Amino acid sequence: MQWHSLSEFLDMGGRGGFVWGAYGTMLALMLVEPLLARWRHRAARTAIVERIADEQAARAAGVPGDRA
Amino acid sequence: MLTVNTSAATAAVRPRLTWFTFASPANFYRLAGVLGPLCGAAALALAVAGLWMGFFVAPTDAVQGEVYRIIFIHVPAAWLSMVLYVAMAFWAAIGWFLNARMAFIFARAIAPTGALFTLLALWTGSLWGRPTWGTWWVWDARLTSELILLFLYLGYMALVAAIDDVRRADKAGALLAIVGVVNVPIIYFSVVWWNTLHQGSSLTMGRQQHMASTMLLAMLLLTLACWAYAFAVVFVRARAIVLEREGDSAWARALAAKTQG
Repeated sequence: MQWHSLSEFLDMGGRGGFVWGAYGTMLALMLVEPLLARWRHRAARTAIVERIADEQAARAAGVPGDRA
Repeated sequence: MLTVNTSAATAAVRPRLTWFTFASPANFYRLAGVLGPLCGAAALALAVAGLWMGFFVAPTDAVQGEVYRIIFIHVPAAWLSMVLYVAMAFWAAIGWFLNARMAFIFARAIAPTGALFTLLALWTGSLWGRPTWGTWWVWDARLTSELILLFLYLGYMALVAAIDDVRRADKAGALLAIVGVVNVPIIYFSVVWWNTLHQGSSLTMGRQQHMASTMLLAMLLLTLACWAYAFAVVFVRARAIVLEREGDSAWARALAAKTQG
């Protein structure tokens, strides 16, 4: 272990902005990307459920469902 | 006495596993639902181990000081950017020649993650280059060909999104992905073929490495973490695309209705 204090660790030998800028961006983007993928998955599932509900409502109202 | 052929009965109940079992969207959807979280957990564990190794075990570089620690994420991002492009082009080609639905889905699911790693390779490289080379950017062969790779990813995503007919979009995208794969060897060998500011390969198979073993281990752990992360995200995105495309099939409707409660 070469760090004697937290400030020394954060300073990274005077290059903290570059090092933490790189790691921070990577962390932020790698947190956002899975969330976007999960939201897309959830939206796809919700769209199917809504289509089923629309078809059931149309059937109950006596209108042929549109599944095109 | 009544005898039952148990092996035949089992085969009748359980579908036989073949190379094509997971070419079925329904089977792939279930498999990816199991593998995705496992890859995500592996990515997290490997990332923690790699970061600990990279920041608390690996020594300070004698020439570059602490800023060299950026390579622990820059090198894996650059490797993944190239490997994911080859994987995307491979699945696009399989889809094109075998007309396999899942292959096109894989190609589409890989593209955003590949673009993300390409962007990260460029960005982290720039942040490393400023204090080390004294410049954010140079138009040398390695950097320029990596930038072209980003444009290829973005072009692929824009192209498939711009065409309404899914099959036509898949085929148009596949053509672009296959043609663009020629850029990958150019990126890899650019430092050999041309005199570039960018240094040569960090690791070369079969040769003695000039990097301290702890630095090497940190980089390899973070590379494995990036691999596991890429698998996890691609599985989640591929599941979403499967549902978008198979929304009218009985299994997808049953599954959506069940999970919605």
